[in-house]
Amino acid sequence: MNSVSNFDLYAPRLAGKGEYFSVGHRACQGCGEALAIRLIAKALGEDAVVACATGCMEIVSSMYPSTAWGIPWIHVAFENAAAVGSGVEAGLKVMRRKGRIADRDVKCVAMAGDGGTMDIGLQALSGAMERRHDLLFVCLDNEAYMNTGIQRSSGTPMGASTTTSPAGKKSFGQKTWKKNVPEIMVAHRVPYVATACPSYPIDLMNKVKKAMAVKGPSYIHCFSVCPTGWRAPSDLTISLGRLAVETGMFPLYEVEDGKYRFTIKPEKLRPVEDYLKKQGRFRHLTPDVLEMIQDTTNQEYNKLQNKVDSLRAWSDLK
Amino acid sequence: MAKRVGMEVAIAAAEAVGMCNVDVAACYPITPQSHIAEHLSEIVADGRSDTEYITVESEHSAISAVMGASGTGARAYTATSSQGLMLMHEILPIVSAMRLPICIAVANRAVSGPLNILNDHSDIMPQRDAGWIAMFTENGQEAVDLSIQSFKIAERQDVMLPVSVNIDGFQLTHMVEPIEFPDQKKVTKFLPPRKPYATLHPDKAVTMGAFAMSDTFHEFMKAKDEALRNSKKAILEVWDEWEKMFGRRYRPVETHCADDAEVLLVTMGSMGETAEVAVDEMRDKGVSVGLVKIRLWRPFPFEELKAAVKKAKLLIVTDRAVSFGGPGGPVCSEIRSALYDEKDRPAVCDYIIGLGGRDVAVTDFVTMIEQAMKDHTKGALKDYEFYGVRE
Amino acid sequence: MKKEKKWPEAWHELNIGAMVFEPCSASEYHTGSWKARRPIYDNSRCIKCGVCYIFCPEGCIMQNSEGFFEADLNYCKGCGICAHECWPGAITMEEE
Repeated sequence: MNSVSNFDLYAPRLAGKGEYFSVGHRACQGCGEALAIRLIAKALGEDAVVACATGCMEIVSSMYPSTAWGIPWIHVAFENAAAVGSGVEAGLKVMRRKGRIADRDVKCVAMAGDGGTMDIGLQALSGAMERRHDLLFVCLDNEAYMNTGIQRSSGTPMGASTTTSPAGKKSFGQKTWKKNVPEIMVAHRVPYVATACPSYPIDLMNKVKKAMAVKGPSYIHCFSVCPTGWRAPSDLTISLGRLAVETGMFPLYEVEDGKYRFTIKPEKLRPVEDYLKKQGRFRHLTPDVLEMIQDTTNQEYNKLQNKVDSLRAWSDLK
Repeated sequence: MAKRVGMEVAIAAAEAVGMCNVDVAACYPITPQSHIAEHLSEIVADGRSDTEYITVESEHSAISAVMGASGTGARAYTATSSQGLMLMHEILPIVSAMRLPICIAVANRAVSGPLNILNDHSDIMPQRDAGWIAMFTENGQEAVDLSIQSFKIAERQDVMLPVSVNIDGFQLTHMVEPIEFPDQKKVTKFLPPRKPYATLHPDKAVTMGAFAMSDTFHEFMKAKDEALRNSKKAILEVWDEWEKMFGRRYRPVETHCADDAEVLLVTMGSMGETAEVAVDEMRDKGVSVGLVKIRLWRPFPFEELKAAVKKAKLLIVTDRAVSFGGPGGPVCSEIRSALYDEKDRPAVCDYIIGLGGRDVAVTDFVTMIEQAMKDHTKGALKDYEFYGVRE
Repeated sequence: MKKEKKWPEAWHELNIGAMVFEPCSASEYHTGSWKARRPIYDNSRCIKCGVCYIFCPEGCIMQNSEGFFEADLNYCKGCGICAHECWPGAITMEEE
């Protein structure tokens, strides 16, 4: 459905015309993940096939008998997006070789939430990346199992209150730090790994396009603001995404051939409290926990900076 | 007379699959299926079959990967046993619901615990309700023939359901048997490339795996049931075609001297051959006994079973799996249920045999027949019992 | 997919395998009924940058014949992102 006709103007020209994730999907108002999918689908264009895990994006887009997807799409189960994606890639590859389908490049993409990527889906992801399928894996990270009712995942940030790690008299919520899956992907020798956020839409779309050009595995970790689960007003989606980047809690970087590079680098990091205090899931945090979160954020950011500064590209290390 | 070769059945099954122009195969090794997985990968490595062989990292990913491949329109195959099949269990009903014609070879092996790598049917029985077509093989020739047929059956537009070919692990997979391989040209004619109903390709965008609310789910289940029931007609047609092309006849229920027998022994799987010897021995002694062998497990062959047991007074069913705390063995409970409304139904008893690879010899079948007949005469027939269990 | 099918379908009318053959058919469902607030436009401030178009999670913002961007109220859920992100302040959210 073409929604914009005059594309000589700034934003629409950069974003592109086609909408491959249509209106009418049942996501919450202000859903950052739906926006992410919409932008990713724009960047993918029509020559893509998506294998999707069970989760918010699958449920809001595929209630029989309708679909919000304008491109071929398959959903099987929760933990096997990467495995199904591997099969789609192998199937298209062999049938093209045998001349049974058109000789045309089709990008295979697997999409899953943070649960379907980092927790229950980690095995399939690891296997698919190790086997080096020509597959782009996108993790849509809204930092909890949102679709089933906001339960914690290994992507839930420290101190967040979720329904299975609630803040109470004896607990301040999530007690572990967010699992660093992009690092795991780099360890799998994935040639292109990136983090992205729809609050920086052109950066996100450029990363998707870069990943599409890779003839092999690629991984994008996309930050998805969830106003419903994070207990924030629905109009703050974009601004919260920006704050996550500006406080260093979700740095935007890419790792190309092992070389780390920030793609969006705030001049000076804002205090994490600017980001945390706007969300109800962090409302209970006491100053000591806030301090611990600030310290660990600083440390993680420095670790990343260290990699940006000192690690060389793999092809330079032959 | 075509040439017959002596070959290990698992290797032969892989050779048969190698003749079928499979597009994508994903097998995760597990004893006793591993020879199938290994030999198939050798066939691919030597270029004898143009197949994408995905060395997946678990059985769950194996079935998921072949689902993805099948969705693109590729002919897809996998194989497993026991714990691997149990790991696939989550996905099996989804394959049949999405009407993807995947073929799987199950090298039947006991399910843990305790861990046991030897043969019985406890791996396939929990998959009874998954909506797959399921067939059992008795010898190496059948393993080869049914493996090739399974693709044809699955991919027919009036079926579009996944098919499992069950080959008893070790007892059959690791036996060297005389196999007559069909001619490749004839197999290619019998099995042209797959014509999928829908494909995942941008030429025509389709959404597969939508979710259904309670207003439609009930109807989806009815549609799946009807699809499985109606597939029997297609299976019979494929078996007809096979007989015309290759000379071997397959039936949903095979019988041996069953027409006039008062007592019928019922088996499923490779033990049928041993049972046949026992039945012949008993018949030589003048006992009116015959053998019924179930080949098609799902869709259950109600008509053929009823016809086969019409004249019998006693059915001695042998089961190689148990429904704990329930009516004994699954084969027997299905047979009892199938015969419940028949006017002159036979008495039915059930022996649980051969669990975890325990050998069942000709003498054991003879003992079962004699004991069951004695119990039947006394009116003391048991529901089910674990044959030969040490008390 | 036959357009004449009644809803809900009989079991034999369902699409095989629950497949959906009409891409983007979700647009038949008008999510606009969800909104509690609607965007109000002050086009004297609009600079036609298209930022609201990019940030709308629904993708329901379109250009009218004069080139100004406005939401299709059939689908707008009233989240308020466009109003919050509009740099010149051309959009405000008002209670329905």
